[in-house]
Amino acid sequence: MKEIKKLWIGIGLLALLSPIGLLATGDAWGEWGAAQFKQMIGFIPQGLKRFAGLWHAPLADYTVSGTADSTGYIISAIAGILLVALLTWILGKVLVHRKN
Amino acid sequence: MHIPDGYLSPQTCAAMYAAGAPFWYVAAKKVKKQLTTKTVPLLSVFAAFSFVIMMFNAPVPGGTSAHAVGGTLMAVVLGPWAAAIGISATVLIQAIFFGDGGILAFGANCFNMAVVLPFVGYFIYRSIAGHAPFDSPRQWIGAAVGGYAGINAAALAAAVEFGLQPLLFHTASGTPLYCPYGLTHTIPAMMFAHLTVAGFAEAAVSGGVVLFLHKSMPDVLMQAPAGKVTA
Repeated sequence: MKEIKKLWIGIGLLALLSPIGLLATGDAWGEWGAAQFKQMIGFIPQGLKRFAGLWHAPLADYTVSGTADSTGYIISAIAGILLVALLTWILGKVLVHRKN
Repeated sequence: MHIPDGYLSPQTCAAMYAAGAPFWYVAAKKVKKQLTTKTVPLLSVFAAFSFVIMMFNAPVPGGTSAHAVGGTLMAVVLGPWAAAIGISATVLIQAIFFGDGGILAFGANCFNMAVVLPFVGYFIYRSIAGHAPFDSPRQWIGAAVGGYAGINAAALAAAVEFGLQPLLFHTASGTPLYCPYGLTHTIPAMMFAHLTVAGFAEAAVSGGVVLFLHKSMPDVLMQAPAGKVTA
């Protein structure tokens, strides 16, 4: 489908525009880092502290170390789009065999 | 709405994986039947769209932020089962590579955003669109209202998961071990952010893109399986 190509171009444009999303500087409700609980309620809940650092994501919070926030955000957007496309492509290969 | 690790007890996380598992199982079977090698690329397109649209944070009065998910849109175009697979894939990439949403909490995040959201959104969409032709305004209006309802239902599910923690998991003296806020705090906070901001963002994304596809790329909607195969 020719349309698919156009839709990918649109998604690419959204990736370039993604730093607009950085203008809202507040965290989403319930997505604060563990350390922030100290300020909010005076202590960090034990279990929260224990599991919060379980996984260290390579591009944590859509940042790329050594780049400006907006640059890192765009790189993250492009990387994420490619990774999601790859994963869904693999899922499609595994699950879907019907041609029409 | 991406619950990080540590906010939910491991028991809750296990229960939410268990709650999501049957949906993944059925979704895999449904997708096998409903999608074709021609429509799988659309699954990739809408999953990638969902990923990038979630990066557009909008400010919520009071200092937090929220964003659209694009899950109802995927359900409208590809059906809710394909949306469950597509959003789960997106949420997995977000958790592993970007630390957005936890690994333990992946089941909960999928239950909220990849199950509750697209199914509620799709149900409302179908209630409004009915069997209206694909270029009827009822299609995009249904998608918009469905988007608003779907993301709010998902936010409510997340709020309940958060809010049950201090009730169920605390030390002998009552100090919370995980999310310290109870239901009377989590439900108003989550619903405020989603009823006022994220709901409208999701409505605009769902309704807007469906309207755009009707006008500019009707082939995409004609090829899509959602209209032909019931959920």
